[in-house]
Amino acid sequence: MELSSEDNNLTEKFLPPIEQESDVELETKVKKYLRGEGANLETLKDKKLKTQLASREKLYGKSAKTAAKIEKWLLPAEAGYLETDGLEKTWRVKQTDIANEVDLLSSRNQYDIVLPDFGPYKLDFTASGRHMIAGGRKGHLALVDMMSMNLIKEIQVKETVRDVAFLHNEQFFAAAQKKYAYIYGRDGTELHCLKERGPVARLRFLKNHFLLASVNKSGQLHYQDVTYGGMVASIRTGKGRTDVMEVNPYNGVVALGHSGGTVTMWKPTSQAPLVQMQCHPGPVSSVAFHPNGHLMATSGKERKLKIWDLRKFEEIQTIHGFHAKTLSFSQKGLLAAGTGSFVQILGDSSGSSSSHNYSRYMNHSMVKGYQIEKLMFRPYEDVIGIGHSMGWSSILIPGSGEPNFDSWVANPFETSKQRREKEVHLLLDKLPPETIMLDPSKIGAMKPSRRKEKPSRGEIEAEKEVAIEAAKSTELKKKTKGRNKPSKRTKKKKEMVENAKRTFPEQGHNNTASKKRRIGEDAAAELPASLKRFARKN
Amino acid sequence: MKIKTLSRSVDEYTRERSQDLQRVFHNFDPSLRPMEKAVEYKRALTAAKLEKIFARPFVGAMDGHRDGVSCMAKNPNYLKGIFSASMDGDIRLWDISSRRTVCQFPGHQGAVRGLTVSTDGNVLVSCGTDCTVRLWKVPRPTLEDSSVSSENFIEPAAEYVWKNAFWAVDHQFEGDLFATAGAQLEIWNHNRASPVQSFQWGTDSVISVRFNPGEPDILATSASDRSITIYDLRMSSAARRIIMMTKTNSIAWNPMEPMNLTAANEDGSCYSFDGRKMDEAKCVHKDHVSAVMDIDFSPTGREFVTGSYDRSVRIFPYNGGHSREIYHTKRMQRVFCVKYSCDATYVLSGSDDTNLRLWKAKASEQLGVILPREQKKHEYNEAVKNRYKHLPEVKRIVRHRHLPKPIYKALGIIRTVNDSKRRKEDRRRAHSAPGTIVTKPLRQRRIIKEVE
Repeated sequence: MELSSEDNNLTEKFLPPIEQESDVELETKVKKYLRGEGANLETLKDKKLKTQLASREKLYGKSAKTAAKIEKWLLPAEAGYLETDGLEKTWRVKQTDIANEVDLLSSRNQYDIVLPDFGPYKLDFTASGRHMIAGGRKGHLALVDMMSMNLIKEIQVKETVRDVAFLHNEQFFAAAQKKYAYIYGRDGTELHCLKERGPVARLRFLKNHFLLASVNKSGQLHYQDVTYGGMVASIRTGKGRTDVMEVNPYNGVVALGHSGGTVTMWKPTSQAPLVQMQCHPGPVSSVAFHPNGHLMATSGKERKLKIWDLRKFEEIQTIHGFHAKTLSFSQKGLLAAGTGSFVQILGDSSGSSSSHNYSRYMNHSMVKGYQIEKLMFRPYEDVIGIGHSMGWSSILIPGSGEPNFDSWVANPFETSKQRREKEVHLLLDKLPPETIMLDPSKIGAMKPSRRKEKPSRGEIEAEKEVAIEAAKSTELKKKTKGRNKPSKRTKKKKEMVENAKRTFPEQGHNNTASKKRRIGEDAAAELPASLKRFARKN
Repeated sequence: MKIKTLSRSVDEYTRERSQDLQRVFHNFDPSLRPMEKAVEYKRALTAAKLEKIFARPFVGAMDGHRDGVSCMAKNPNYLKGIFSASMDGDIRLWDISSRRTVCQFPGHQGAVRGLTVSTDGNVLVSCGTDCTVRLWKVPRPTLEDSSVSSENFIEPAAEYVWKNAFWAVDHQFEGDLFATAGAQLEIWNHNRASPVQSFQWGTDSVISVRFNPGEPDILATSASDRSITIYDLRMSSAARRIIMMTKTNSIAWNPMEPMNLTAANEDGSCYSFDGRKMDEAKCVHKDHVSAVMDIDFSPTGREFVTGSYDRSVRIFPYNGGHSREIYHTKRMQRVFCVKYSCDATYVLSGSDDTNLRLWKAKASEQLGVILPREQKKHEYNEAVKNRYKHLPEVKRIVRHRHLPKPIYKALGIIRTVNDSKRRKEDRRRAHSAPGTIVTKPLRQRRIIKEVE
């Protein structure tokens, strides 16, 4: 046994350095697939449960290793990149330069669609990135198939459209119009008019829960379940009108940015916000969430962009210089900020997942008159969609999209049969609104049993002190008509302090009782054994 | 300057012809799946509910006997057939798939107490209260048999009369001997009219006998003096013997771990023992309310089925203290014998109401040919349900079984009685010197002593 382990050690030492490096890489990947640490089995006393859990932990380790190996060897595509040599900086690279270097299929993704009549455009993509809905302020709604650049349907609703959002797939989309929000089908027919919400400013869809969230002009937050149409929650935020609303894809909480500089996070089952963060001294103009749920980017009108860590609710980084009207994170963690007619892409220059350092990666400035309304990265592609006042555009950002999609999660090459099956499975997996919480990994975990521990002596003393202080500091009502004598006042105060002390009586009593018993025992111990029964037991 | 962007060509990601399979791509990255735990929990809940919707365990009843069914025997070579015998001497061979009698073996004058089949499947041995042991030749099933409801009557190949009534019989695995239980334990050969060997201990009758599947010379018996004895045929006396508080009605050896045996006891529990070390039970299986009449192991060795006097059939895991499943019907009266089918899919119960009932071993199982996709889905559902079965919502659904009122009430009474006993014991221990009151663990409590 020992010889074989020694042999293994020797072979490990003599591995070539490349192999050792790849081992380290594999380790980090395995960590990702393990999804946290293993359970501590030492504290278990039940042997059967311990062996069962130990064998399960082994299985998890094996599957994590296999998944890491699959990621290394079997995935069909690799991520895009932009590398400059020498003194050239990545942000000086223009879209025309990229077009020269890249193949024909990708260069088709760079375009500007000019529609000057219908106002600033808002965009939304489906989860697979295949379809896009563009909504112009003056009432133009267009559903486009991005892969074939085919216009599926366009309608003119003849009203202001403030926001558009897809529901669970491209068959349904919602538009926030002048008075109410409407849901349309793929062929442009109006399916539902959502009157309860009032004039909606922003619309977002929570995919796992099938909830359509919206914030209206008076600052009310509405959640509606689109499978049966019931309003799950309508919450009065109490913070006034806002049109900055984003959904955190990791845990499904909705974040609102307010004009006082606070960002509040909401869940449908409570009327009070989960978290309130004071992010900016002035109004918050935009919020964006990283797909892993740990990072949030906010921008305020005072021309600062702040990056927050949501696990500790701490600020990680501040970027000065521009007022970003719209923010968006890509699947790979690139942050896009749009101001005026200028788009700036920031990338995380530190490789580790614990520290983040966002710095300039790429820039793009559009024609002077184009005011950017919305930026959104297209899923699974190295493309960003820009909705602006003269239509919409799309530019290439290498390294922003996830190269390998999973057919069971989002398939850009879906057939209609697959789409229908997927819809049924999505409905079966629909989560109830109670599962929205800040830490979604708590679901399925056992609650730790809290054994009521007797507080220690020190703790009791401390509590007693606090109670006495509270009693001393209470203000007595000033009595009139001759009842306000100083002697009576001091008496009353003494009485209150005595009452506070009375709730901690056991200490003294216990001591005296145990002292008496000890004395009795000592006396009994001195007597010879035959006379012990005559010892006094007080 | 090196630039590369993602570009996917449609041909690589879609199929060429409509006869091809659709292409599926996997990426197991957890960041693509937000809230995976919540989705998994939802799926576990749905799987538990679906399992309850599809749980229809009763397949059918085999009607024909005119008196209560007293014993059954299964032929290891022929999965479709089962032998059963009743209290009026009627022995039948049933075809399980059509649930009809294939042939009858008339001859016994009184109740038939034991039935067993030889390992090659050719000889059926039966014994009864009319002090006879009869050997029958089992007819080979032919192609025509399945459709014709034949009322064939088979003549016994041999008939041996002896001095006392018999209680049970069992055949040796891979051998020519069979053992009968009566006033003594007797070992017979097929060709001899009198036993070749006999064992006796005390004056009490032997109630049941079972040969070990792994060692052909070892057998376990239980007697009416509340003992369990293990004999070795090569020795002249008993190998091991323990005496318990109540008598054991039936014994079964684990076919996958032949040193372990499980005894069905009169006090409603089954005790699993390691045959080599009988002073302590390995596991106590408690859920029956009344005496356990019969026990049989699944060929996988992971489960066993028990039939009890309280009108129910329960399926226990081999190492678990409580039953996984309970089957009951208003029409099923006292269950006297149970058998687990040789393909581990069905459970048969013979009861006092003259019927043999066929049940599925896994209540929500889909019978018949299952597509691989369906199989995978069933396995996934099972796995995800097991992962979350400790959480309250899922546990409530998985654990839920409808019990007949008498059993439900009796379980409540037993629980109250045990609680009060335990409370009294705890108080006694708290008020007496530490160490004076010693509780024996349940595994040892019911064993009085080990003899020899």
